[in-house]
Amino acid sequence: LNSTKALALDTVTLPFANGERPLVKYPQKRPMIGLTSRPPQLETPFAVFNDGPITPNNAFFVRYHLSDLPYDLNPDKFTLEVKGKVDKPLKLSLKDIRKMKATEIVAVNQCSGNSRGFFEPRVAGGQLANGAMGCARWRGVPLKNVLEMAGVHSGARQVTFNGMDGPVNDKTPDFIKALDIDHATDGEVMLAYGMNGEDLPFLNGFPLRLIVPGYFGTYWVKHLNEITVIDDVYDGFWMKSAYRIPDTPNNAVEPGTAPKATIPINRFTIRSFITSVPDGAKLKAGAVTLRGIAFDGGKGIKQVEVSTDGGKTWVGAKLGKDLGKYAFREWKLPVKLAAGSHELKVRATGNGGETQPDMPRWNPAGYLRNVVETVRVSVA
Amino acid sequence: MQRIVLLAITLAVAALMGSSLAAPVNYKTPDEVAAFKPGPNLEVVQGNCSACHSSDYVATQPPMKDKRAFWQAEVTKMIKVYGAPIDDADVGKIVDYLTATY
Ligand code: HEC
Repeated sequence: LNSTKALALDTVTLPFANGERPLVKYPQKRPMIGLTSRPPQLETPFAVFNDGPITPNNAFFVRYHLSDLPYDLNPDKFTLEVKGKVDKPLKLSLKDIRKMKATEIVAVNQCSGNSRGFFEPRVAGGQLANGAMGCARWRGVPLKNVLEMAGVHSGARQVTFNGMDGPVNDKTPDFIKALDIDHATDGEVMLAYGMNGEDLPFLNGFPLRLIVPGYFGTYWVKHLNEITVIDDVYDGFWMKSAYRIPDTPNNAVEPGTAPKATIPINRFTIRSFITSVPDGAKLKAGAVTLRGIAFDGGKGIKQVEVSTDGGKTWVGAKLGKDLGKYAFREWKLPVKLAAGSHELKVRATGNGGETQPDMPRWNPAGYLRNVVETVRVSVA
Repeated sequence: MQRIVLLAITLAVAALMGSSLAAPVNYKTPDEVAAFKPGPNLEVVQGNCSACHSSDYVATQPPMKDKRAFWQAEVTKMIKVYGAPIDDADVGKIVDYLTATY
């Protein structure tokens, strides 16, 4: 974990205006697309998603809001506090947590602002392409079991989560998130210390983070050390004012307008990507197998269809191994491409019947992008 | 025989490592290289906009149609929402710099 000098290895240009970014090298990470340096925010180079449905720890994206990170962290001294409306407040060491019965889940984590750079009109915030997502096998204990140990009071309504990272100015609201009590105790929400068979990398929340399968990354609090059960609805800034989506059908509004009412962001919208061919690629005429991934908010992927003619006709792709309803689902499809320009498109449908829109939906914060993606190729 | 002893030692060490936790972390990020571009009132911006985050927060924002309105809104948000301690007299200078430079 030692080193390092500033290392701008190269630059990449994301496909939107002002999309030039340095490729940066952080400890425990391979070269990543640097969005900001303090706090660190790193985007996964998209080609990584073609290597398989599990995103390697050293390529997993990094998002922080506040710059005071627990850079000097002693895992032997780490404690997780569970308090508030409980019979028996707890202070658990990492050893205590690792001694409990462990579970594992393969689940996608995706930043709410993933793909924000593609919004039109553009909106303020982290200008990301499609690399602020990843899928990992998380290992830890169900939050439910820890809350049962503490004994939740009957009037409890929500549970709040705070991590060791915080603001550098005490006027800036600390990053605290909340889940309804039923959600927090559903048995799926997890306190994870393991990621793909290793400890969590520091920048992905070492030594403990919340896993909220199917929900946007904003809830996946990192360096988690404080859980509080409350009997009302948490009204801190990062729940009440930030991370809100329009309370409208599809959570969209007319581009450039403000919604009348909003709700907290919640589950992922369904998405799919071609990973084997980058936009603008030059291909040889003839047979080629297209590959990619799809995921949704937890119903699971029923079908992935591909179009090689800009969306006029669609063909069902073959789905890969099912790693669980919260995981990336691989797909592939052999196609024949004639010489000329082609628009390749991919569209997923979930087990609940929801699919991706042909036209992008818009909201002021630049969340939930899930338009059918297009890859333009020229074939000769 | 030697092999078996070695294997036993390896297993014992592995068991020990498994039961103890990782060493304290001392995570070092690369040096911050991002800097505000030259422009009018650069020092005012450096003084007011560097405490909480790096300047790449500014540099990576999208090119907006109404730059002045965009940057005015950002500066207001920093003050009202995140508690940036910025003198009223500096706000105009900062917005001028951002509008002219980004
Ligand atoms: C008191 C702390 C503080 C100060 C001082 C501050 N900011 Fe921020 N700024 C924040 C926080 C917190 C965020 C949100 C960070 C995140 O979510 O990653 C932010 C985000 C931003 C963003 C990203 C876009 C957005 O709306 O989230 C821009 C641009 C920005 N700040 C510009 C500025 C400028 C210009 C100044 C000086 C006038 C400034 N900041 C001073 C705290 C501060």
